[in-house]
Amino acid sequence: MNKQELSAMVAEILGGLREEPMVKGSDYRPVNPGPERKDTGYRDGDFVPDVTALDLRKLYLVDNPENEQKFRRMKERTPARLGSGRAGARYKTLTMLRFRADHAAAQDAVFSQVSEDFAAKNGMQEVQTRCGSKDEYLTRPDLGRCFDEENQRKIRAAIPGTPRVQIVVGDGLSSAAITANAMDCLEAIRDGLKLKGIDPGTPIFVRYCRVGAGDAIGDVTGCELVCMLVGERPGLVTDKSMSAYITYKPRTGVSESSRTVVSNIHAQGTPAVEAGAHIAGLIDTILKKQVSGVGLHMEAMA
Amino acid sequence: MSDRLLSVGLDVGTTSTQMVLSELTVENRASPFAVPELEIAQRKILCKSPVHFTPLVGENLVDGGAIRTLVEEEYRKAGISRGQVDTGAIIITGETSRKENARTVLEALSDFAGDFVVATAGPDLESVLAAKGAGAAEYSAQTGETVLHMDIGGGTSNLALIRDGKIVETGCLNVGGRLLKLDRNGAVTYVSPVLEGLCSLKPGNRVDPGQVMETARLLAQALEMAAGLREKTPLLEQLWTKESGPVWPAPPAKVVVSFSGGVADCIGQERNWLEFGDMGPLLGRAIRESRLCTGEFMLGTETIRATVIGAGCHSAQLSGSTVFCQNVAFPLKNVPVVNLTRAQQAEPGQVLSGLLRRQDGIAAVALPGLPSPSYREVAALADALAGAMKGRQVLLCLEQDMAKALGQALALRLGREAEILCIDRVKISEGSYLDVGAPVGPAFPVVVKTLVLEK
Repeated sequence: MNKQELSAMVAEILGGLREEPMVKGSDYRPVNPGPERKDTGYRDGDFVPDVTALDLRKLYLVDNPENEQKFRRMKERTPARLGSGRAGARYKTLTMLRFRADHAAAQDAVFSQVSEDFAAKNGMQEVQTRCGSKDEYLTRPDLGRCFDEENQRKIRAAIPGTPRVQIVVGDGLSSAAITANAMDCLEAIRDGLKLKGIDPGTPIFVRYCRVGAGDAIGDVTGCELVCMLVGERPGLVTDKSMSAYITYKPRTGVSESSRTVVSNIHAQGTPAVEAGAHIAGLIDTILKKQVSGVGLHMEAMA
Repeated sequence: MSDRLLSVGLDVGTTSTQMVLSELTVENRASPFAVPELEIAQRKILCKSPVHFTPLVGENLVDGGAIRTLVEEEYRKAGISRGQVDTGAIIITGETSRKENARTVLEALSDFAGDFVVATAGPDLESVLAAKGAGAAEYSAQTGETVLHMDIGGGTSNLALIRDGKIVETGCLNVGGRLLKLDRNGAVTYVSPVLEGLCSLKPGNRVDPGQVMETARLLAQALEMAAGLREKTPLLEQLWTKESGPVWPAPPAKVVVSFSGGVADCIGQERNWLEFGDMGPLLGRAIRESRLCTGEFMLGTETIRATVIGAGCHSAQLSGSTVFCQNVAFPLKNVPVVNLTRAQQAEPGQVLSGLLRRQDGIAAVALPGLPSPSYREVAALADALAGAMKGRQVLLCLEQDMAKALGQALALRLGREAEILCIDRVKISEGSYLDVGAPVGPAFPVVVKTLVLEK
């Protein structure tokens, strides 16, 4: 193809384009009338029933099922969104609304704050990591693991002496999880430790907290063990799941494998008080064996 | 983590006495990053004894010494000693449970067979164990079918209605293969008193199969009535055993009927009518020709051994894995249980004091507990329970997962010297007894049972 032919072709294509009228979205009008609008029974100002109140394990939406009873029995055992039926190739309205509601709850749990008076109301000193805001917390994990001078001073002032066990409550990625579970769990841990003759110490609350912040508290206090109750990254099953991370000899730089984790602490998982009693037992074992995390597992298997 | 438990089952029935040894595998089903959840993951039968005749002394006594010798011999053949047996159950069933010395023999045998081998009796429990041992409960769990299981033995038929793998109703009839015994020439040697008015034959009569079939058909009809396949007549009332309570409501129309017990072997195939010296073969034929077998029916994966396998493999369960125990010695055996309802547990103090006053020795308290309780709710319950149970051995069984939290709260109130056992994920119905063995990892093996030995 020579230069002339090429120019002619380009001109032809551009010319063709110019002839097509450009359509803006706002100008668009469908030629055919839309689907007939059905009366939903709702009037202006009415409320749709709360879709999040439905128990997903009992919600079965398949039309004309082969064996509904069997499917429902399987569904009882999983929080997965099974048996949701379909409208054409898409979700049914209820499925869609519930999915979006759960997704919104998960996002809210991340972006919302543990209330300002939470620490004071529960007799804890509040400190803050180097993160200045929720946005910074989410984008800078490194800053969520350390404290500035002022907050280090606050920690030192709140915690007398060198505690053996330091309990830390941190908002983490779910404020809802902490509000719902942290204090019930903490009280049960205290009961369990008291019974074993271990001083539960003075718990402290950390805002914008990552798990590693416990190591920084270890640096400041010189404690032997940190047990951190922290909000888990929320999912669609629950936005209130909390974990406990127990670290023996917590110091900045310890390996993640040295942490013992108890996850899934929420109403549908392990109840907070029962988890607390279990955690107290774990703390006792870890103090006796002087090791946590994978090392503890290895010891148990040996 | 996986642990193995050696479990023994012994069934001393109207006709036969059998033993099985099985291995229960305990596994932690939870992820390593969560609170442990131990479960019996596998039940493997290691060996089954031959079917022995139940040794009797005269008409009214069980020969305890002979059964003991039999157990000893089976242990020797299997190459195990009493000390190796971790758990298991002995059940005394059918007409044998009505013998004068049934309780004494049962308890002596359970002590002899192993430290945590528990003594059990009662038609309801027998129905449950047979339905589980025959595989009917598992069939229902897997298929979602409602199953009516009938374990037809020498003296009694144990019925269980199973929905989604759970036994929802049990019953028992005096229908069995050895209610009428015959010698090899077809002469009657024994007619059970329960056949009064249903059978005109007397010991010494020479009979033909037709005459025996008349009685067999009547017995099969009683089973049909119990299954809701025939209009009820006083016959059902007459044959329903008193120990298992009033006649049950007829099960729904669409059920799968399943059979086990010695007579089940005579339902599947025609046997010579004099083969076993009793009416079993003809009772089997009468059932095969009855309405019970016109619809969907099946034979258990185990027939004559269903009950003993139930006792060996399915009697023990595991408690939850977060539980609390201090200063309690194991095993705990034959502990009577008092039940608190959901309403009573809200204000347990007075009710509990009253209930416990009626128990002379130790007693366990069963209560529903609270789903995901707050710390304050746990503390309030602990206050009330501690008040009512001060100075006693505290044995608590909850349904909801909260035993460790409640147990440690109780220990803080009652002191480090108090005897406290607090377990959960165990449901105990009214009138049951409880046995608890030494812990397996963090969980406790538990047997919830009945001990009904009435005449």
